[in-house]
Amino acid sequence: MSTIIEELDPERRDVELPTDAAPAPAALTPRSGTRPRRRRTGKRTPGDWLVLVIAIVLGFFIAVPFLLILVNSFKSPADYNTSGPLALPTEFYVDGLVAFWERVNFPEKLWNSVFISGLVAVFAVLISMFNAFALGIGRVKGRLWIVVLILLANMLPQEVLLYPLYFMFKEAGLYDSQWAVIIIFTVIQSAFGTYLLASVYSTFPKELLEAASLDGASRWQILWRVVYPISRPTLSVLLIFFFIWTWNEFLIPLTFLVSNATQTVPVAITVLQGDRLMDVTTTSASALLGLIPTLVFFLIFQRTLTRGITAGAVK
Amino acid sequence: MSALDTRAATTIEATDAAGGRRRSRRPAGPEDGLIPGARRGTYWLYLVPGLALLAVIVVVPLVWNVYLTFTEYRGIRPPEWIGLENWVELMGDRVFWTSFGNSIAMILAMVIAPTLLGLLLAAMLFDLIGRKFGGRLASFLRATYYLPQILPAVIAAIVIGWILRPQNGALNQVLEAVGLGDLAHNWLGSPDTALPSLMVIMVWVQLGYPIVIFMAALQRVDPELYEAAELDGANWFQRFRAITLGMIRPEIFVVTLTCTIAALKVFGPVYALTGGGPGTSTIVPAYYAYSEFFQSQQVGYGATIATALTIVIAAVSVLFILAQHRMEKKEAER
Repeated sequence: MSTIIEELDPERRDVELPTDAAPAPAALTPRSGTRPRRRRTGKRTPGDWLVLVIAIVLGFFIAVPFLLILVNSFKSPADYNTSGPLALPTEFYVDGLVAFWERVNFPEKLWNSVFISGLVAVFAVLISMFNAFALGIGRVKGRLWIVVLILLANMLPQEVLLYPLYFMFKEAGLYDSQWAVIIIFTVIQSAFGTYLLASVYSTFPKELLEAASLDGASRWQILWRVVYPISRPTLSVLLIFFFIWTWNEFLIPLTFLVSNATQTVPVAITVLQGDRLMDVTTTSASALLGLIPTLVFFLIFQRTLTRGITAGAVK
Repeated sequence: MSALDTRAATTIEATDAAGGRRRSRRPAGPEDGLIPGARRGTYWLYLVPGLALLAVIVVVPLVWNVYLTFTEYRGIRPPEWIGLENWVELMGDRVFWTSFGNSIAMILAMVIAPTLLGLLLAAMLFDLIGRKFGGRLASFLRATYYLPQILPAVIAAIVIGWILRPQNGALNQVLEAVGLGDLAHNWLGSPDTALPSLMVIMVWVQLGYPIVIFMAALQRVDPELYEAAELDGANWFQRFRAITLGMIRPEIFVVTLTCTIAALKVFGPVYALTGGGPGTSTIVPAYYAYSEFFQSQQVGYGATIATALTIVIAAVSVLFILAQHRMEKKEAER
């Protein structure tokens, strides 16, 4: 569990980190032990214990849906009907899980999601880096307006782009193609990335850039040999965020990926709800399959995120 | 949703950061790039791919969408100009107003309840549990509260939807088991409980976000402040009001703004759980626009709904930011 705990701090901190000019340097305090070390003042009164119990009960209620899904995904519908949702399974039943796995062709959906989210993450980071290089380091004229425009892209409800995009991609022959989704999210995610990176790059150590320039490095070389390596921790954090955000997207993948073979995990699972195949425990299994990948990312990426943060702290 | 929120939150923070930085770090010299020598003009080359894509994917569709609001368009024959008809119809459309009414319910469930609860819980975890029972336990509880936030919103909705199933759903079965069978209900399928159920789900989804943000914010509060207040005899609630609320006000702004935007945009859970029904009891603007686009094929009208939603979101954001500025100004004058 400590992994999850560790994760939550970075989750929060890494986003703050690049914007280290944030009003107060909460985000920059060294981590884990970081919380101002407080002596345990005072005795634990009955009131304190009461608060603790309330907090734990609340935590239990928040976690209960996950536990219910976990337990019931391994029950047969008959078992569920006789012993109810709260009992542990009487036998280890995976037919529901297998049936759903095969019905949605889960490996294919996983691959679709990985493919889309992975490419979006890479492209969006690249574009963010180019944009931020010009805005933050190059300080091009009119950059304020460019940033405002880019922010706009991030705030809009996607519905307002939906139909024109649908029409455009249909005309371009990319409707029902994963490339449509990849292109759209590259733009949406890179809008956020540009914004964040531009502010990071605007404080890039000037001496390094000057030294490289004196050594005769061209701009392109400076970008790749100086700026890129030094900002890599921030870039990798962005990469992971773009990946997870794209993974979790719903409206645009739902609209653009109509045929089964192109769908992402959340879309495939959602559109099958209410299907004839979905008996009670199979539905539970479908929810389980939907939540496992994100839980896994949460655990895997945690380390990179933490590294990103500590490395990035050395501005 | 979780992702969106986090993203939006960082966006705002980054705004502040960028703004502050530009002002404070501006070198005394001329407006040059950070790399000496070369002319700045050629930096534009690096913006070309990004801006070109932005133009094609965001700017053009946005303008096009606004144009569509003035047309009758069913997706097949070319759009036909009808002036303000869609807008007039929208103003008198009962479903549209219902959808915005439901948006208010969503704001209650995704902004007000989680922010208030989150404040209380964050202060409780940080100030009381963290201090008296150890930081590990506090972090563990925080992680538990955050759990629903890491899921795609639709999957989170499906998880709870499963529990609320009308036949043999877990909630109904539990109610029966404890002798409250009369309360068993088709939670998402009857007009009287569909919206409240959806709201409870959204509180569950959202709660972890303010807690995590507020707890991070609390870390910059000097613990000695609390200790001094405690010595002076301030009780927990007084400390909460005087210290906690004052110190983390910027975060409260960020959380309420980003959650409000998310609440206005909510789509996935409604799609996955109720499809706006029964009737129009859970319809929200985003879902209404979607169904006009792809179910009724009233593209012009769907575009009008989407544009109206955009206007509301823009107005809300501007109001929030103005209020924040005003408050900061006041603070500075003190």
